[in-house]
Amino acid sequence: MFLKEYISDITGAVGSLLKGMRRTGYYFLHRGEAITQQYPDNRDHMGLPERFRGEVVMPHNEQNEHRCTGCTACELACPNGTIKVVTKFEVNAEGKRKKAVDRFIYHLELCTMCNLCIEACPTDAIKMAQHFEHSVYDRSQLTKILNRPESKLQDGVE
Amino acid sequence: MVEEIGTTEQGDLIINVGPQHPATHGVLHLVITLNGETVKKVEPHLGYIHRSIEKMCESLSYRQFIYSTSRMDYLSSHINNHGCALAVEKALQLEVPGRAQVIRVLMDELTRIASHVLWWGAMAMDIGAFTPFFHAFREREMINDIMEETCGARLTMNYMVPGGVMFDLHPNFYGRVKAFIRQFHKKLPEYDELVTGNTIFRSRTRGVGVLSKEDAISYGCSGPTARASGVDCDIRKLFPYEGYGKLQFEQPLATEGDTYDRYMVRMHEMRQSLSILEQLIDNIPEGDFQAKTKAVLKLPKGEFYSRVETARGEFGVYIVSEGGTTPYRIKYRSPGFSNLSALDHVVRGQKIGDLVAIMGSFDLVIPDIDR
Repeated sequence: MFLKEYISDITGAVGSLLKGMRRTGYYFLHRGEAITQQYPDNRDHMGLPERFRGEVVMPHNEQNEHRCTGCTACELACPNGTIKVVTKFEVNAEGKRKKAVDRFIYHLELCTMCNLCIEACPTDAIKMAQHFEHSVYDRSQLTKILNRPESKLQDGVE
Repeated sequence: MVEEIGTTEQGDLIINVGPQHPATHGVLHLVITLNGETVKKVEPHLGYIHRSIEKMCESLSYRQFIYSTSRMDYLSSHINNHGCALAVEKALQLEVPGRAQVIRVLMDELTRIASHVLWWGAMAMDIGAFTPFFHAFREREMINDIMEETCGARLTMNYMVPGGVMFDLHPNFYGRVKAFIRQFHKKLPEYDELVTGNTIFRSRTRGVGVLSKEDAISYGCSGPTARASGVDCDIRKLFPYEGYGKLQFEQPLATEGDTYDRYMVRMHEMRQSLSILEQLIDNIPEGDFQAKTKAVLKLPKGEFYSRVETARGEFGVYIVSEGGTTPYRIKYRSPGFSNLSALDHVVRGQKIGDLVAIMGSFDLVIPDIDR
C-alpha cells in the first residue's frame, strides 16, 4: 500500500513537471512570441507615448520666446520644492513696469514627475518631455534653468 | 533588547533574515528563533524604509498629498491614490462624473491584476520556480504600457485627482484593454499549468501556514489573506464605492486558510477583475473626466475617513482637518502592516524552508508596512 502511494506520487510529480516543461519548451521553439526589447540598441525607434513624464521643459519658439509670465503657480503646486521661479520687473514699450520671469530654476533631482505643475500652469508654458535617461556625473548638472538666455515672453500671453 | 544573533539559554539558534535578503522582497528584517529546523518565533523589525509619509502629508495641500501614497504600496498605487481622492471628495461633498468613476474602476482593476500577476511570479520564485516570473512580467508589461499611455507613468501614476482623473483616456486605451483581456484569457490556463497543477508546489503549500478565521479577524488581516481564511471582508462588496455595487463579481472565499488557499483566492480574484474589465470596457459613458473644483481646496473642519480595497486588503485614509488648506493629521491604514502582524502566529511550528513560501503568500510590500 505504501509502495503504491510512493510510486504514484513520483509518477504524478514527474507528470506535472513534464506538463510545465512542455510550456517552457513551447516558448523555446516559438521565439517569435518573445517580447524582449533590446533596450540600448532600439533607442532610435523605441518611441515613448506622448504623455510619458520624463522631465519638465519649457518650449521656446523660433524667435526665442516662451509663454511663462512668472506667475509662480507651478511653484505653489509643486509638492517638493522642485521649481523656483525668480522674477524681475521689466519696463515695457508703454513705460509700465511688468513682472516677468528672470530664471526658471528646475531641480530635476527632486522631481517626482507628478504633473501637478503642468496642470497648474495657466498659460501652458511648461510641459513634460519624454527624455528619461537622466544620469550625469555631477548632481549639480541636474539643476536646470529652463528659460533660455535672452528669451522673451511671447506676444499675447497674459 | 533582543539578541540579534547567537543562541538562547534553551539552546535555540537566533538568525536574521534581511534586511537585505532576496526572499523578503524589500527591506524587511526578521529575527528568527529556531529549534533545529522548526521556527519558534519570528520578530519583524521595521524602520528600514520609513519615510514619514504621514508627517510629510501634513505640510502638503489636498492636491499635493495624493502623489506620496503611490510610494507606499507601489504595486497598487492607483488604488491608494483613489482612496485619498475619495476622502477629499467625501469632505468636499464633490460629485464625481460618471465617466471618471468608470475610468477609476477600470484603472483599479487593471492595477489589481498587475499586482496579482507580479505576486504570482514572485510567489513561484519563492517556492523555487524561476520561469513563471518571466511569464508574469509579460502580462504585467501590457498593463504597464496601458498605464504609461494614459496616465504618463508606469508605476507612480498620480492619475487620480480630487474630482476625477487627471487626463481623459487615451484613444488607444479601448483597443489595448481589449487586447489585454483576450491575451489574459489565453494565458491564465497557462499559469495553472505551470504552477497550480504542479505536485511540488501543491505539497509545499497545502496545509502549510494555516491562519484560522478567528485569528485572521483578531489580527485585523484583510484582503486575500483574510478571505483565504473565510473572512468576508471585501470593501468593494461591503461598502461599495464608485459604482462597484452595480457590478457583477464574486468575492472568492476559501476555508482552510493555508498557503495554497491564499494562492487560489488571488488566482480567482484575477478572473473576477478580468470580468469587471469586460463589463466596463464597452460601457464607458461620455462626459467629463473631471469635476469642476476650486484651484485651492479647503476642507471643512472635521474628520473624514474613506476606505478602498487594494490588491492587499483594506486601505484606509483618515484626515483630520482644521478647516485650512493642509490637513492637521493624516493617518493611513495600510493592509500590509496588519497582515504582517499575523506572520509570527502563522509561522510558529513550521519549518524554516516554508517561511519563505508563507511570506510569499502574504504578499507583503514593505514600503506599505513601513511608511
